[in-house]
Amino acid sequence: MNLEGKQQIWKDYQKDIADDRYYYARSCIRQTFFPGSEWAYLDILGNKLGKTVFDDPRHTTCTGIGYHSDVVPVETIMTVVARHFALMTEAGFENITPSCITSFGIYTEILHTWEQHPEWEEKTRDFLWKATKREFKKPKNLAHTSDVIYKFRNEIAAQKKYSLTDVHTGQPLRVVDHIGCHYAKMFPSKGIGGAEFPAVLSGMVNAWGGESIDYPERRHCCGFGFRNYLVMANRGFSVANSKKKFESMQPYEPDFIVTNCPGCAMFLDKWQYTISEMEGTTYGPNGYGIPVLTYEEMAALVLGYDPWEIGLQMHQVSVDPLLEKMGISYDPEAKYKNIRGENIGRPQCPTYLKV
Amino acid sequence: MNFWGFSISEARVIDYDKNDKTLAQIMATEVPSSKLCIGCGGCTATCSAGNLTEFNIRKLQMLAKRGENKELQTQLHKCMLCGKCLLVCPRGVDTRRMIWSMLRFINS
Repeated sequence: MNLEGKQQIWKDYQKDIADDRYYYARSCIRQTFFPGSEWAYLDILGNKLGKTVFDDPRHTTCTGIGYHSDVVPVETIMTVVARHFALMTEAGFENITPSCITSFGIYTEILHTWEQHPEWEEKTRDFLWKATKREFKKPKNLAHTSDVIYKFRNEIAAQKKYSLTDVHTGQPLRVVDHIGCHYAKMFPSKGIGGAEFPAVLSGMVNAWGGESIDYPERRHCCGFGFRNYLVMANRGFSVANSKKKFESMQPYEPDFIVTNCPGCAMFLDKWQYTISEMEGTTYGPNGYGIPVLTYEEMAALVLGYDPWEIGLQMHQVSVDPLLEKMGISYDPEAKYKNIRGENIGRPQCPTYLKV
Repeated sequence: MNFWGFSISEARVIDYDKNDKTLAQIMATEVPSSKLCIGCGGCTATCSAGNLTEFNIRKLQMLAKRGENKELQTQLHKCMLCGKCLLVCPRGVDTRRMIWSMLRFINS
């Protein structure tokens, strides 16, 4: 196959991402566990890239977790999503950018369903009108927030203060990525690189000086799987999936994991603690874990944000070794202080996992 | 007490890269006829131990060949070495010797 042919095929794995004016849909999990991550995204888009993003306080959960757990009926989730579109329309926006991969999958699935079965769209419009007296226009562009960062990766690279390189050796940092399943596995044409050639995160890593590692279980699920985690009896299966991924990436000695899904970031981070307590196993060097960053946090570090301002102390696996590798200056004393400089207390130390 | 209320599930995948094939190699050398097994299950059908327990010779020889030795340890001692399986094997596999070979390996 000649290069032109390959480039032509690669074009099929791209997607349209709006240039500006985004209606922002927050994530239930991300804003709970990594609130600094969403703040960093809004600040980067607004203040570093000069884009307009509307963070609507009236926006609610998409109920995706309940839907995938069989407790929220499809009519309900369609009406909730229709309300989101109505809020977007009222605010004068046409491009919706969910922070959550589950929401992204839900929006994609519902728009696709309405396209295939217009009667469902009509029914939902009727439900929404009866419930809220609202009407909506469908978004012209739907992109996940990682798509937006991917689109502006070169602009971010132009403003970067730190590279994804080890300042002690000069070598690129070895980065393993994990793409949320609902990003491109359900609708491959809606994700950059589709389900087979995930490029949305590796594109950022390469643009900011790092080396993306294609490890064997790269495409494996983190194990969240909604019911797999929510039902306690199934959690052993959930954690087994993450363990499979850790065992697969460990031989490549990655410097950190980057994910675009809020649930995956939480599980890959916190299951490392769980596995260490259950089995005494840690996956990083010298008893440490493998730090897990969201792509917003990775972008914020590259742009020189303070690690504690973007909430990296909220992570279970310590990111301090990574900060030292990148040569980022930070105040260890400020790690557990709030914005007013008051001590917020230190978490209890794990038995095996070094923090 | 399990503080978590759950434990990490074992993977059910058969990982030939990680499994220990030593027993399979020893068995093939010591009991060459074990290579002739076609997995018909005649041995299991006639087995006295298998009549009363979950002991299953066909399954055990398959596990041994895959290098999945964990289950062998809990099952092998149920064999009474009566040799009935030997009499019914259509391929002439020396099943009793096969069991004996596995037992020696496990006990060592």
